[in-house]
Amino acid sequence: MNAETSPILRIESVAKSFGPVTAVDGVSIDVRENEFFALLGPSGCGKTTLLRMLAGFETPNAGRILLDGRDISPLPPEKRPLNLMFQSYALFPHMSVRQNLAYGLEMERLEKAEIRRRVDETLSTTDLTQFADRKPDQLSGGQKQRVALARALVKRPKVLLLDEPLGALDKKLREKMQLELKRMQHEAGITFVIVTHDQEEALVMADRMAILKDGRLLQVGTPEAIYERPADRFVANFIGVMNFIDGRVGEGGLFEAEGLRLALADAGPGPATLAIRPENVALGALGEGLAGTIADIAYHGLDRVLHVKTAASPVPLQIRVPVSGTATHQVGDALSLRIDPARCRLFAGAAA
Amino acid sequence: MSFNATRPNLLAAPGVAWLMAFMVVPCLLVLSYAFFQRGVWGGIDYTFTLENFARVADPLYARIFLNSARIALTTTVIAILIAYPAAYAISRAPRLRQPILLFFAVLPFWSNYLIRTYAWIVLLNREGLVNNLIRSLGYTGEPLSLLYTEGAVITGLVYNYLPFVILAIYSTLSRLNPELMEASRDLGAGPVRTFWRVTLPLTLPGVAAGGVFVFVLSIGNFVTPALLGGGRFQMVGNLVYDQFLTANDWPFGAALGMALIATMIVLLFAQARATAHASGEGRGEAA
Amino acid sequence: MSGQTTMGAMTAAPPAAGATVPGVFRRRLPGRIVLLLVFGFLYLPIAVLVLLSFNDSGLPTSWSGFSTRWYVALAGNGDILRAAWNTLVVAVFATLISTVLGTLLALGMETRRRKSNGLEALAFAPMVIPDIVLAVALLSFFSRLNLTMGLHTIVISHVVFDLAFVCSVVRARLKNFDYSIVEASRDLGASGWTTFWRITFPVLLPAIVAGALLAFTLSVDEFIIAFFTAGAGRSSITLPMQIYSMIRFGITPEVNALATIVMGVSATALMISQWLNKEQVR
Repeated sequence: MNAETSPILRIESVAKSFGPVTAVDGVSIDVRENEFFALLGPSGCGKTTLLRMLAGFETPNAGRILLDGRDISPLPPEKRPLNLMFQSYALFPHMSVRQNLAYGLEMERLEKAEIRRRVDETLSTTDLTQFADRKPDQLSGGQKQRVALARALVKRPKVLLLDEPLGALDKKLREKMQLELKRMQHEAGITFVIVTHDQEEALVMADRMAILKDGRLLQVGTPEAIYERPADRFVANFIGVMNFIDGRVGEGGLFEAEGLRLALADAGPGPATLAIRPENVALGALGEGLAGTIADIAYHGLDRVLHVKTAASPVPLQIRVPVSGTATHQVGDALSLRIDPARCRLFAGAAA
Repeated sequence: MSFNATRPNLLAAPGVAWLMAFMVVPCLLVLSYAFFQRGVWGGIDYTFTLENFARVADPLYARIFLNSARIALTTTVIAILIAYPAAYAISRAPRLRQPILLFFAVLPFWSNYLIRTYAWIVLLNREGLVNNLIRSLGYTGEPLSLLYTEGAVITGLVYNYLPFVILAIYSTLSRLNPELMEASRDLGAGPVRTFWRVTLPLTLPGVAAGGVFVFVLSIGNFVTPALLGGGRFQMVGNLVYDQFLTANDWPFGAALGMALIATMIVLLFAQARATAHASGEGRGEAA
Repeated sequence: MSGQTTMGAMTAAPPAAGATVPGVFRRRLPGRIVLLLVFGFLYLPIAVLVLLSFNDSGLPTSWSGFSTRWYVALAGNGDILRAAWNTLVVAVFATLISTVLGTLLALGMETRRRKSNGLEALAFAPMVIPDIVLAVALLSFFSRLNLTMGLHTIVISHVVFDLAFVCSVVRARLKNFDYSIVEASRDLGASGWTTFWRITFPVLLPAIVAGALLAFTLSVDEFIIAFFTAGAGRSSITLPMQIYSMIRFGITPEVNALATIVMGVSATALMISQWLNKEQVR
């Protein structure tokens, strides 16, 4: 791990099982100060359990959770300097927006004037001042989301945990809120740990992210690093769109599949899968490279995605071509694909 | 909704007619008796008078009314104090066990009221189980007079209506989003403060619903005071009974019944208003 | 009136999903003690009665051996047998009428486009009105009409509250009813009438039977209204009335045996009713 910034939150070989079901299986992650960190994975991967252990609602069976070097795992939720923004927002329906915000500060036994000052300040930075006296029932989805965020932020936690914070919003609002969350994280100067199943959301918002599957940590890194250099077939498939070609590597690092031969520098012999992103496949002149025919064309505005049937893969390969390009394609056209070995990933082992 | 959507009123008509004929009309009839005089031989003398209402306010009867209210209130408070922890414990039990626990908590409520009351005669008798138990613990004096006391009446009422209060409170507890309690803990409140500031305020509607129900049924009760109070305890219900079946003063009995119904309606409306207010339905105040 | 939701819940299956209990709240012991005490309070008096009914001496003071003599004595008591028969007649007729009327009322109320507060109050009132008030009202009503009172007037009176409970059970089920299956049936060519008998009715049937069983137990157990509307004479005495006079005028141990039987019957009916309602939810 990078040593230049000390981790504010260190998850050390944490494990949790519910009866026979292992939810989190020995996960270690370092979260650095002031970063926007995403825990990403399909449902049931253990990310929510991990978040609930950070907040204190579940106790790990093994491992430690260190905040600023101090083990917080024995502490109950109310004693932890972390706050959680709940998926359902969990706004107290019998309290106004202002009372919701003040609640956490009253628990710290702050003076009334101080509470009022801090609540007012947070209300204004989150654009909620005009809604201060409303009850949660009288707010829209986006407003409730902001109140939930404000209620956690006003406590000035060392780390703010967010459980699928945008899950309940529609697509347009979600995209707007993604940027707003990032801006608020910046302004507040607080470390954010967000749980999401939406890889696009994680790519847009996170400084770094961790990919979990079946309770195990698969990869940690920046969105770019994970997108460009996925650690395994699962990550490659989970993040973005990826084409897979099953084949085998022969002597001398030559990857062979039906209709395709590719010299790769650092490949050991044996069965392997070649992975390449749609935008990294180029179209070549007929006769060279991998031959195929267009099975389908999907228009995406800025570009088109061609689904190309080849001998190398049972699934059509996806090729992304700019719309502005002069070439006109039609279903049934024969074409040739050029694959640059430098832009491929190779995963050893037989395909699952 | 196409099934018979054209004639919902027709479907409802027979039931509505039955309720109108055998509930609304009889109630209006008996309440109208309250405005007439008692006949010489016990019938109704159709001469308008407000005398019956004046008698309800007469210190002798007002005292019985207040006494009934006091007993009903004590019953309500005790029932809530027992039912809340029970409902809370059920709502915290493993999910699959909750319906079973709830069913067995409510089961006695649907079984015979007389028998459940009678069971307490057996227990509280001078020769009853409780006295036997006390004696076996070394008490040698006269057997305690537990039966035919106000305590016995209250015990019987609490016993009979407890299941309903458990159910009412449980139903609000189980509808509560558990993340609200977690949010409170997360914001720094311990379990006790979370209970007082989040759980309890949000379950007050259930407490109110159960409480009003117990109060209304207790104040108008007739069987329990008759059996466990041994006639020594006059409650409004007994008074109504007496006017109709022994004293033969129907107009006065009707006036008493009207007072009971008025109490019930006032309490139900107050509860409905309070519930609507508590759940934040008062829209538009700030908008 | 918001008591209604609780009432609906009470007569229907209990809310099935208590929320998941999070880890920090999973402290079981105090809860168990509370439940033990409360269930003890609820069931101990009943258990004592049942036990006493098998006590040879019939006295609560001492256990003198297991015996079924009080049950045998019941079987030879003509008054009690007649009261039991009367109760059965009243409960059966009241249940039949109230099940039909209550179900129709529920269907009518749930298919209305706009909720009518008057209708809501009317269907809710029989469940909260003090029974002594309803009892004297019906007594006044029947005597005003110069009707000879007997089992038939008890049936008429019992239908009033029975139908309210049947209605509330069926309505609770209708609230979860997926109306698209009705539309699907119409779409597939069935008429409104065929759709009702082939689709709506079978889906509602368990709730209707559950409501009927509840009405039956309520009717079997009801005392005050029956007492006021039975008229003079011993010919229309029901079991609860018989039990009441046995309790008031000299306790015989036979009461314990009778009580045990009556409670057994209601508990069985309620368990079947509950079970039917639960099956339906799945």
